[in-house]
Amino acid sequence: MKQNLTISEVRKDLRNKEYTSYELTQYYLDQIKKSDLNAYITVCEDKALEAAKIADEKIANGEDRPLLGVPLAIKDLYCTKGIKTTAASKMLENFVPEYESTVTQNLLDDGAVFLGKTNMDEFAMGSANVTSYFGECYLPYRKKSAPDQKLVPGGSSGGSAAAVAADLCVSSTGSDTGGSIRQPAAFAGLVGIKPTYGLCSRWGMVAFASSLDQAGPIAKNVEDAAIMLKSMASYDEKDSTSEKVDIPDYTSFLGQSIKGLRIGIAKEYIQDLSEEQLKILEQTKNWLKDAGCEMVDISLKTTPYALPAYYIIAPAEASSNLARYDGVRYTHRAEHYNNIEELYINSRSEGFGEEVKRRILTGTYVLSAGYYDAYYNKALKIQKMIKDDFKNNAFSKVDLVLTLTTPSTAFAVEEIEHMSPVEIYLNDIFTVNANIAGLPAMSVPAALSKDGLPMGVQLIGNRFREGDIFKAAHVIEQSANFGELRRQILRG
Amino acid sequence: MDNLIKGWEVVIGLEVHAQISTDTKLFSQSSTAFGSDPNTQVSFYDAAMPGMLPVLNEKAIDLAIKTGLGIKGTVNKISRFDRKNYFYPDLPSGYQISQLYHPIITDGVITIEQQDGTSKEIRVERIHVEQDAGKSVHDLSPDCSYVDLNRSGTPLMEIVSRPDMRSSYEAMQYVKKLRTILRYIGSSDCNMDQGNLRVDANISIHKPGTPFGNRVEIKNINSIKFLGQALDYEIERQIIAQEMGEEIHQETRLFDSAKCETRTMRSKENAEDYRYFPDPDLKPVILTDARIEKMKSEMPELPDEKMARFINDYRLTQSDAKVLTEEIETADCFERAVKASKNKPEDSAKLIANWIIVELFAILNKENKTLQEISFPIENIAELVDLILDKTINGKIAKTVFAEMTQNGKKPKEIINELGLVQIQDDKTIRDAIKNVIANSPQQVEQYKQGKEQLFGFFVGQTMKALQGKGNPELINKILKEEL
Repeated sequence: MKQNLTISEVRKDLRNKEYTSYELTQYYLDQIKKSDLNAYITVCEDKALEAAKIADEKIANGEDRPLLGVPLAIKDLYCTKGIKTTAASKMLENFVPEYESTVTQNLLDDGAVFLGKTNMDEFAMGSANVTSYFGECYLPYRKKSAPDQKLVPGGSSGGSAAAVAADLCVSSTGSDTGGSIRQPAAFAGLVGIKPTYGLCSRWGMVAFASSLDQAGPIAKNVEDAAIMLKSMASYDEKDSTSEKVDIPDYTSFLGQSIKGLRIGIAKEYIQDLSEEQLKILEQTKNWLKDAGCEMVDISLKTTPYALPAYYIIAPAEASSNLARYDGVRYTHRAEHYNNIEELYINSRSEGFGEEVKRRILTGTYVLSAGYYDAYYNKALKIQKMIKDDFKNNAFSKVDLVLTLTTPSTAFAVEEIEHMSPVEIYLNDIFTVNANIAGLPAMSVPAALSKDGLPMGVQLIGNRFREGDIFKAAHVIEQSANFGELRRQILRG
Repeated sequence: MDNLIKGWEVVIGLEVHAQISTDTKLFSQSSTAFGSDPNTQVSFYDAAMPGMLPVLNEKAIDLAIKTGLGIKGTVNKISRFDRKNYFYPDLPSGYQISQLYHPIITDGVITIEQQDGTSKEIRVERIHVEQDAGKSVHDLSPDCSYVDLNRSGTPLMEIVSRPDMRSSYEAMQYVKKLRTILRYIGSSDCNMDQGNLRVDANISIHKPGTPFGNRVEIKNINSIKFLGQALDYEIERQIIAQEMGEEIHQETRLFDSAKCETRTMRSKENAEDYRYFPDPDLKPVILTDARIEKMKSEMPELPDEKMARFINDYRLTQSDAKVLTEEIETADCFERAVKASKNKPEDSAKLIANWIIVELFAILNKENKTLQEISFPIENIAELVDLILDKTINGKIAKTVFAEMTQNGKKPKEIINELGLVQIQDDKTIRDAIKNVIANSPQQVEQYKQGKEQLFGFFVGQTMKALQGKGNPELINKILKEEL
């Protein structure tokens, strides 16, 4: 079987009968079995093969749909009908939804085949995929300087990133509350986009922080990301925060001229960058300049406040969203309890991991009487300031803001163990702003570090201007020739 | 009016929870029908399955707007839903969606009638829209509890008054009047048997001129009668405690209707911290002027206006008008009958009102029926009154006809014809009868002529008896005087 297939390659090959969807699906299932990366929590072998068979029949009948017969990996945060959905928590270890999330239904409607559900941080809380109840998950890469150390794929959509990077699927879905698509995509040398808040329906996605959660793809290249996002996005009456907007064919932006596109570089994002990081940013600027973009220095003074605001708003919403996992209905229930109070305490103490408990406690604290104004209300005010800052000081002058995606490249499991929670939270420093402001943002791989690991740059666009992002990202991808770079690192 | 009890003034504020009359729940498509089998009206959302989201039922908002208009409140063009967080098995999501910070309605007023007949305005602080919880059942089994989520997510309005009531009587009048208004508007059935109207009462006592005392909240009172009982018990308890020098603690109490007493549920120290915050799954409720105007145009005539009109147009007494307007169905029946009458309203309305209030209500009470359950069209009362007014029958015969009419549903004219009850108007027949009576009662005639005028009644009675009750009383009077 060919390796590292992209969606458009698969579609072409399936039409040309180079192989069937069934054969391709079987290939991926075999690869998943052989893999020791722990990228998947659940592999749905039978269902996947059955879906592939149906896809093959449809292809034979001349049907043509954007993802017909394309094997995908689905983050285990999306409720999938008849397929266990755990959110990587013991709490939902045995939960099988009787409904299909809107996003995954859209993918199914476009003909996709689901290989399984990918590993993630528990309830999407983490930046390294180490909070999963189902164990750590690893990248298929190593540092040149420490080839023995296993590297984390980032989080929370770590399993999706690992699965795509290791070619255990064609493409994947992630979800992004503070950077959970873009950070793993950057670590894995992949393309990940968090669209504008409201573009994808949240119906059927296990909620972490409702006002920040957005679905999006983690893909092998910009084109796959465009195809995936087009399929995933839809206006949904069942999600009151869903926005009724036109969803263009994002692939139509690829190859479009970006002459005259204005790119903002905010000084607040480059202050503490290393020499290597500055070099990559400079190189990216040059690629864009060569393509006719105009570089504009801007200042977004609210930038440093986004992370603290995020770590108040997100835990606050999470503390409430996770209250439903109480041991009463479909969740883990403690074996021993004498009354309802103990049922709650024991079930939740056993069912949630440490990081989830930490955030529930933080969230409960910031919403408590007497602290609400000092924390939660202030965080909402900061959120408003950040939104205004982007509006007044970025998008009044530029079309896109260019930043690095992450403050570091992928790190080793050993390194994580020595980090405090706050040090881990700092991973989101460049990504949370887009969530706080509800803006679309993509990580696109730009280069390899000296240590041989992928580095991503981030493009933040104005509301519902995903097209601008795709246009510019495509130029960066072409210039960086990253497809070739990834093949190199995979070969080691 | 002096409401002081042993020098203490009672201060009462009420929070009324009224179920909004919608077919489906506040945030899901599940039915709100009452009395179904447990857990048969539960969507994935109602059961708080992962990833399920609320979608606002706009009908509930329309009815809340109308309710706000009905109490002359301010309809807020921007309101918002907040989450009230607490754990309980019949609250599957772990939070109730309510409106704490920005309620849809603020600053209304409800006018009640006090014991002395004068009216008093009770201010309404706010009305907010919220979800009901499910139902926990603890008495089906000795070792486990059951949860029924049929109610879970049912839309409620919480109507919060200012502490403007000064007696249990006023509190009961307030709930009665509120109930009348809600039923007029159609925003709530207020069916207390089905738990569609529940009251939390805040009550404190103090000496006039001093600050309000610590308030006690009595939760979940489900009838107006129980509200009166709970408040009376609590007033007495607080006064006794104060007089004994005990302190009243701020606390939540429950009313035990079987024992007719209140008892402590939880003290202020154990009060829950509900961690309210704006629900991120829902956008603010933004009302356009057009929508508010549309609701205004759909508003029915309200009870106070209707009562004033009945007094003015139909010359009814205040008390008759009040009784007839308490339930919109009664008022509608009355007006239908007035319209059906061939006489002018100023002639027939008072009589019709009287027949409904005195005779019809007596029968309904006796048979424990509602006005909707009567077995004859209300227009028959108009026909009956018309027959009285055109002197076809007299008042006494009318009662017989009415009794027949309520039994067999026949029209009054039919009954009169069948039973031959038409009033005798014929001068000669009456005069003949009177002559007979006079001839047969020489003694009484003698006494009457000697000045015993009270005997006139005796002659009327005898004549009426001879005419089998069908004689026209006025004619009998007139001819008797002539003949005597």
